[in-house]
Amino acid sequence: MSMGLLRLLRGKKASAPVARERLQILLAHERGMRGQPDLLGVLREEILAVVSKHVTLDPTKVIVRLERGDEVSTLEVDIEVPNDFERKKVAVA
Amino acid sequence: MSKVLVVTSGKGGVGKTTTTAALGAALAQRGDKVVVVDFDVGLRNLDLVMGAERRVVFDLINVVQGVAKLPQALIRDKRLENLWLLPASQTRDKDALTEEGVGKVIADLRSRFDWVICDSPAGIERGASMAMRFADEAVIVTNPEVSSVRDSDRIIGMLDSKTVRAEKGERVEKHILITRYDPSRAARGEMLTIDDILEILATPLLGIIPESQDVLKASNVGTPVTLSNADGAPARAYIDAAKRLCGENVTMHVPAERRGLMDRLLRRRAA
Repeated sequence: MSMGLLRLLRGKKASAPVARERLQILLAHERGMRGQPDLLGVLREEILAVVSKHVTLDPTKVIVRLERGDEVSTLEVDIEVPNDFERKKVAVA
Repeated sequence: MSKVLVVTSGKGGVGKTTTTAALGAALAQRGDKVVVVDFDVGLRNLDLVMGAERRVVFDLINVVQGVAKLPQALIRDKRLENLWLLPASQTRDKDALTEEGVGKVIADLRSRFDWVICDSPAGIERGASMAMRFADEAVIVTNPEVSSVRDSDRIIGMLDSKTVRAEKGERVEKHILITRYDPSRAARGEMLTIDDILEILATPLLGIIPESQDVLKASNVGTPVTLSNADGAPARAYIDAAKRLCGENVTMHVPAERRGLMDRLLRRRAA
């Protein structure tokens, strides 16, 4: 009550409730992930293995990212391929 | 019956070493025989906070590796005859802490002391996991701040899965100790409240240590804060926390803002 009044008089918004909410959301997620294998790491390895069968890749140029949204999340896979990869494959064959 | 207590946090700089020294001294003053053990290999500081930095001859690694016997490495406090320190090595690598070696040292300490208090290094790596490995109880030192609370949550997860007790299906008794609590910032809604922290971490509270000059002064002179200014607010909070560790029921004192009216007016004008 007095806290609220003090805040009202000063016309400032308290940041602590924001901190609490952010923590609650984050920790609910992190607790769920505990003990699970590293999903992104596994995806990255397997995608790299599949694509490497056909294209010579630089493993450091494979980026797998998971963006969390409120409703849905998106999995973004970014693979940089050299421009001459088709010619290389032909040459090898 | 002896107890192994780990003082841990995940995050650095929250007050683990201060807490280890203060609780160790408070328990020793009650008459229990206490050893404080520094697990921060390579970055030891408990010796400095305890004022024993010039008396270190052998250390935990020497004992783990069998270079020195345990009694040779233990340093008796000059103020409290029940209080002892087992320092960490300043030169070795933390990989020298083998589980088997640490287990033997802890078992030996258990037979000699009522309390074995392990001061964990920051982080979640070998030093930290060895410090908590054999613990019966844990004090998780937390600042009212998002990154500290998040790291505490992670450490709680480790205490529940990576300790010997957890692996045997038993519980490590966990306590939250909130340090650097600033009542004026809490009143202004700028700091997570005690209730917020306890609700998020779902772990009982051992005590609230207010932010205070006493803590820095105590470490400056190498005296546990419970001895350097025993009447000060942090010392009283630590002494109460030690009583709770011994099973006593002590009313929780939430530090309150102690500002005069003039202070408040001046502050507001300055803001």
